[in-house]
Amino acid sequence: MTDRMSGTPKPEKRSTRSNLKVAVSMASIAVGMVGVSYAAVPLYQLFCQVTGYGGTTQRAERAPDTILERTITVRFDANVSRGMGWKFRPVQRKQVLKIGESALAYYEAENPTGRRITGTSSFNVSPQAAGVYFSKVECFCFTEQTLEPGARVEMPVTYFIDPEIMNDPVARKFREITLSYTFFPVKESAKVAAGKGTPKRDGT
Amino acid sequence: MAGKSAAAGHHDHPTGLKRFLFSTNHKDIGSMYLIFAMIGGIVGVLLSIGMRLELQEPGMQYFSDPHVFNVFTTAHGLIMVFFMIMPSLFGGFGNWIVPLMIGAPDMAFPRLNNISFWLLPPALLLLVISLFVPGPPGGFGVGAGWTVYAPLSTSGSPGPAMDFAILALHLAGASSILSAINFITTIFNMRAPGMTIHKMPLFVWSILITAFLLLLALPVLAGAITMLLTDRNFGTTFFDVAGGGDPLLFQHLFWFFGHPEVYIIILPGFGLISHVIATFSHKPVFGYLGMAYAMVAIGVVGFVVWAHHMYTAGISLNTQAYFVAATMVIAVPTGVKIFSWIATMWGGSIEFKTPMIWAFGFIFLFTVGGVTGVVLSNAGVDRGLHDTYYVVAHFHYVLSLGATFALFAGWYYWFPKITGYMYSEFIGKLHFWFTFVGVNVAFFPQHFLGLAGMPRRYADYPDAFAGWNYVSSVGSYISGFAVLIFLYGIYHAFSRKEKAADNPWGEGATTLEWTLSSPPPFHQFERLPRIK
Repeated sequence: MTDRMSGTPKPEKRSTRSNLKVAVSMASIAVGMVGVSYAAVPLYQLFCQVTGYGGTTQRAERAPDTILERTITVRFDANVSRGMGWKFRPVQRKQVLKIGESALAYYEAENPTGRRITGTSSFNVSPQAAGVYFSKVECFCFTEQTLEPGARVEMPVTYFIDPEIMNDPVARKFREITLSYTFFPVKESAKVAAGKGTPKRDGT
Repeated sequence: MAGKSAAAGHHDHPTGLKRFLFSTNHKDIGSMYLIFAMIGGIVGVLLSIGMRLELQEPGMQYFSDPHVFNVFTTAHGLIMVFFMIMPSLFGGFGNWIVPLMIGAPDMAFPRLNNISFWLLPPALLLLVISLFVPGPPGGFGVGAGWTVYAPLSTSGSPGPAMDFAILALHLAGASSILSAINFITTIFNMRAPGMTIHKMPLFVWSILITAFLLLLALPVLAGAITMLLTDRNFGTTFFDVAGGGDPLLFQHLFWFFGHPEVYIIILPGFGLISHVIATFSHKPVFGYLGMAYAMVAIGVVGFVVWAHHMYTAGISLNTQAYFVAATMVIAVPTGVKIFSWIATMWGGSIEFKTPMIWAFGFIFLFTVGGVTGVVLSNAGVDRGLHDTYYVVAHFHYVLSLGATFALFAGWYYWFPKITGYMYSEFIGKLHFWFTFVGVNVAFFPQHFLGLAGMPRRYADYPDAFAGWNYVSSVGSYISGFAVLIFLYGIYHAFSRKEKAADNPWGEGATTLEWTLSSPPPFHQFERLPRIK
């Protein structure tokens, strides 16, 4: 910068100050954008939960009071990720229920391996536009599930289809909705990072 | 370059290694950017010829492991984007020409400028190292493509190669963010008296807009790849479903950066093409304000179209409809630019000098790529064409050909100013024709391959695709030969030493850099020019 000092010193000093001002504000934009990219993580999750985007299902305290005559078929799908030792399947292939009516479905999980496995599931419904009207009251997917070696459990889901679905120009035409789960093994390190549990080695 | 400025008195004028290693001079730094980009470009071209050799015939010829082919694809993409086009158009010409055009003695922060440049060689070094360290099980290097989608880049590539590539991108990103801050400050604060924002040359406008795009887009990439890095090494689960993450989030973050990035690549080219066309048509550019604000519009809309890269990733119908419409809107300001360039030439006294011929090539190729872009913007059509060679042909027409032709137009346009020597018109035109024929033979058949369903990022293909692949490979060798002509042209110009006039282009060249000597003095504009 010395080369610019040689001319008229006073305006140069002023421009150095305003240079710094511009640079600092631009740098804060850049830092802010890094922040925005991290803020995108919870915001994206929130966005999916609120809008049912990508078939994200809703959570409700209790079933609604209104029950419509119209019925809808719910099909059940079960998957395990690679490296997940469980066997996992729906007990019933499908259920037919009235819109607004609360229904109970079961999935069966079995741990045929010789070690204890904890799993957590991701879930959505298809067609995706039905996600915002598919509400669960109780679900095994709300918490992590642990199976001892050789154990077999039946896991319940209580759910209903929100009568609001009849006001949606697209979703009101749906006759079938598929509810899908995929189980993933829970890594101890993942639990630490996500702040879900204390770091402990459970000697599996 | 030294002669005249020695008289300027007390200024340090370092020589030798010190002059470049510690350089704070925008012209020296610009030259280093250009040389660095040439090295990057040569490596990138060699990688692409490697790929075309393999694809010349069905079956595996040169690569025993198809993963190595993907490593070539990835390195070619990253090197061409971050170590060829950006350092040359933004770093090289930006540093060299912007202070000259706005009548400033140097950049606002000369030392920052030095850091910006010297972050790049280590970045390239890290990327090169990544080629030789373990990546996926049983393989070396990063084969996840320049998009490094999770989970292929996390659980799919457990070796350290991906970490090296991520750190390379971090350094290259930091370099670009710093130089973006520098350019914005320079252009806002250091314009000569009388040069209002609406009197700035269009190249300066383009660099200003590019700098803002970099400032807004690159930190998002930095954030996304930092999340990749911590997912890989520190047990976070941003993109891992098992821990409550979402791999699609990476695609959103990446393309929020990735789409503005393609405008970062092309906008400086837009700016300089306006000068070349105005100069050799001997007319002022048609619709100056429209040209400037068309670039602003492209920059703004470029931030809200990212998911058109993700039509097949399961986004809802309404979302697709929005992104189709928003993407097509970009064709409007782009059309304004194309037609304004044609209107600039209209009725002008056109001189067919080498830079002008490259500019013609640019307009033609960019328009071809733009048209296929409108085709691809349709979500329905994209279902069939996603990740096929049609997409490869599209983005090479706009980026590899559009941006590179703009780069060479600028190269021949400013070569006399930067070096002080005239290039040979014959060699320049020979370079143009070999490149033009080569790249069209290489990339036009890829439209056919894509429409026939040939997917990208594979080392092998069914026999049905053999014919056009052979043609495409021949085209790539022709354009590879053109690079040799380019290098010979530089050697020829420097050994012939034909002095260039201060303004070799005559009355059409009206911007401030042509009022200085060729090459300009080491420090220019010690008395600021006044713009009326």
